[in-house]
Amino acid sequence: MRLQLQVRSQPSRAMTALSPVIAIALTVCVGGVIFAARGLDPLHALYVYFVEPVTTMWSIEELIVKAAPLVLIGAGLAVCFRANLWNIGAEGQFTAGAIAGGAIPVMAPDLGPWVSLPLMLALGMLGGMAWAAVPALLRNRFGTNEILTSLMLVYVAQYLLDWLVRGPWRDPHGFNFPKTVAFQDWHLLPTLGFGRVHLGAVFAVIAVVVLFVLMSRTLKGFEIRVSGDAPRAAGFGGFSRPRTVWFCFGLAGALAGLAGICEAAGPIGQLQPHISPGYGFTAIIVAFLGRLNPIGVLLAGIVLAISYLGGEAVQVELGLSDKTAKVFQGVLLFFILACDTLIRYRVRWVAGRR
Amino acid sequence: MTALEAVLLTIITASTPLLLAAIGELVVERSGVLNLGVEGMMVMGAVCGFAGAHITGSAAVGVVAGLGAGVAMSLVFGFLTQTLVTNQVATGLALTLFGLGLSGLIGESFTGLPGVKLTAIHIPGLSDLPFVGPVLFGHDVLVYASIAITVLVAWVLTRTRIGLVIRATGGNHHSAHALGYNVVAVRYACIAFGGACAGLAGAYLALAYTPQWIENMTAGRGWIALALVVFATWAPFRVAVGAYLFGTVWIMGLYVQGIGIGIPAQLLAALPYLVTIAALVLISGNRVLTKMNTPACIGQPFVPDR
Repeated sequence: MRLQLQVRSQPSRAMTALSPVIAIALTVCVGGVIFAARGLDPLHALYVYFVEPVTTMWSIEELIVKAAPLVLIGAGLAVCFRANLWNIGAEGQFTAGAIAGGAIPVMAPDLGPWVSLPLMLALGMLGGMAWAAVPALLRNRFGTNEILTSLMLVYVAQYLLDWLVRGPWRDPHGFNFPKTVAFQDWHLLPTLGFGRVHLGAVFAVIAVVVLFVLMSRTLKGFEIRVSGDAPRAAGFGGFSRPRTVWFCFGLAGALAGLAGICEAAGPIGQLQPHISPGYGFTAIIVAFLGRLNPIGVLLAGIVLAISYLGGEAVQVELGLSDKTAKVFQGVLLFFILACDTLIRYRVRWVAGRR
Repeated sequence: MTALEAVLLTIITASTPLLLAAIGELVVERSGVLNLGVEGMMVMGAVCGFAGAHITGSAAVGVVAGLGAGVAMSLVFGFLTQTLVTNQVATGLALTLFGLGLSGLIGESFTGLPGVKLTAIHIPGLSDLPFVGPVLFGHDVLVYASIAITVLVAWVLTRTRIGLVIRATGGNHHSAHALGYNVVAVRYACIAFGGACAGLAGAYLALAYTPQWIENMTAGRGWIALALVVFATWAPFRVAVGAYLFGTVWIMGLYVQGIGIGIPAQLLAALPYLVTIAALVLISGNRVLTKMNTPACIGQPFVPDR
């Protein structure tokens, strides 16, 4: 017995819609097996992990706080991946955005309330963009593989942040803790009136809507899609590949940078060595689960945010490690990719060898 | 032991995991597959290697456990990319994310526990020579294994029928298939070999480089190994040279930090990653060399028609 793939005459519409759902269902099943192997009642543990986070008002607020950066970054990455550009350094662009935006409260704390915040957000986007511009430039100029360069810059950004908060930007009255001064009230993003939910959630929704229109209704969106699906055709059509590279990396970098400064000026309220629980990497999964479609990314961001909250929930209630979340996220991406095969192929078992 | 001997020794220990992981990935890429999951396979090799050695008290068991973990991880990648024809870049990323998560989960109960160190092999006569003895003949089995594997890979790839089949598969999978070779099977085997090497590299980190378990202890070495393969333009001996160059950069950073001239420690720690970028730019600027050696089918999906 072996598996055989048969190419479908055209991609299955049913599977296009169903594959993320199947992937999530399979991940939940694997979760049950893992919990059972740990000697827990699998149904109860799954309830704690996947359902409880959406049952109380408090946890729904936290869900939005966690989903906002994931959606912001994921939406930008989805555009990159659509163009067949592998920007996997969003974590670094996130960090660079937080650093650039955080420069205002640290170095110019006396700037007025109305100037500070918009400037911080703009600088955050520019910081992320600048960080993403490096792999874009190297790819366009030298043909260097953007996967490796964008990833290497993640480490560089993290060490840069580490150096700043331990060195020049450390709070002089902070008892030597590696942290900057706490941001003043006017440096913080206004909350929306419920819990810790802040303006970042609004930015995420705006980004999704704008990118949806961009990708499905504009020439630029068409250019990006053709450039990814049929690079030769894009060339004959007069679309410049370098320009697409600049655009996609700039966009994804700006959104990741915005997410970074929103995190620093939102839930954290200062800069410290660790500002992200791996949002930049998890956003890769968000982009794929969302089928590289902005609206899908919005839903996927919520699913992945649940995985973070569920990880915390099983730690508190069942004494499991919160690292369970990372395992689930990895398994989910495996299943998404495997299920996507069903869109283009029929899978069947055939007897015997070839 | 003189200071120079100590430096050379640490350079060899820092280079070995890079060489092991890179030479495995080289074979994978030569067969036309891009496995970006090296970091994930390596970190699983590290945690399983540590766990195996800690539980049994035997470093040898640790080495085998690390190797096994690497192979198991690589077969997940193989099943997805070869049998289900998923996107190789995305699947490799998934493998890395999954490996980093799972290793953290497994390793949680091993954090801070004493490890078992892989002991150096004493070669009578040679190991006692002044200078040459400790630098060249005072290592553990994996250091020698990394060199042996490199030589073996170079020989197999260029001088044997198996190597020719692997290269044909990477160069043009349709032709290889038409000639009657089982492309998918060849690639499965190469992927498993890459997994074994990455697992060994991880085990080396947790058993010899720093005999303990620290979360994310691979610190991007898997990614650097991937960059090394490109930097070496898919040639085994150049991979070895590259690995030792990078090991040197890594160790020099630590030594300069130790001397304590006013360079921030973080800049030195970021140096290997910056050097990696510089190396990639340098080699990709050379279009001829890159074009000549890049396996033509790398990363492309292959579905055998019946």
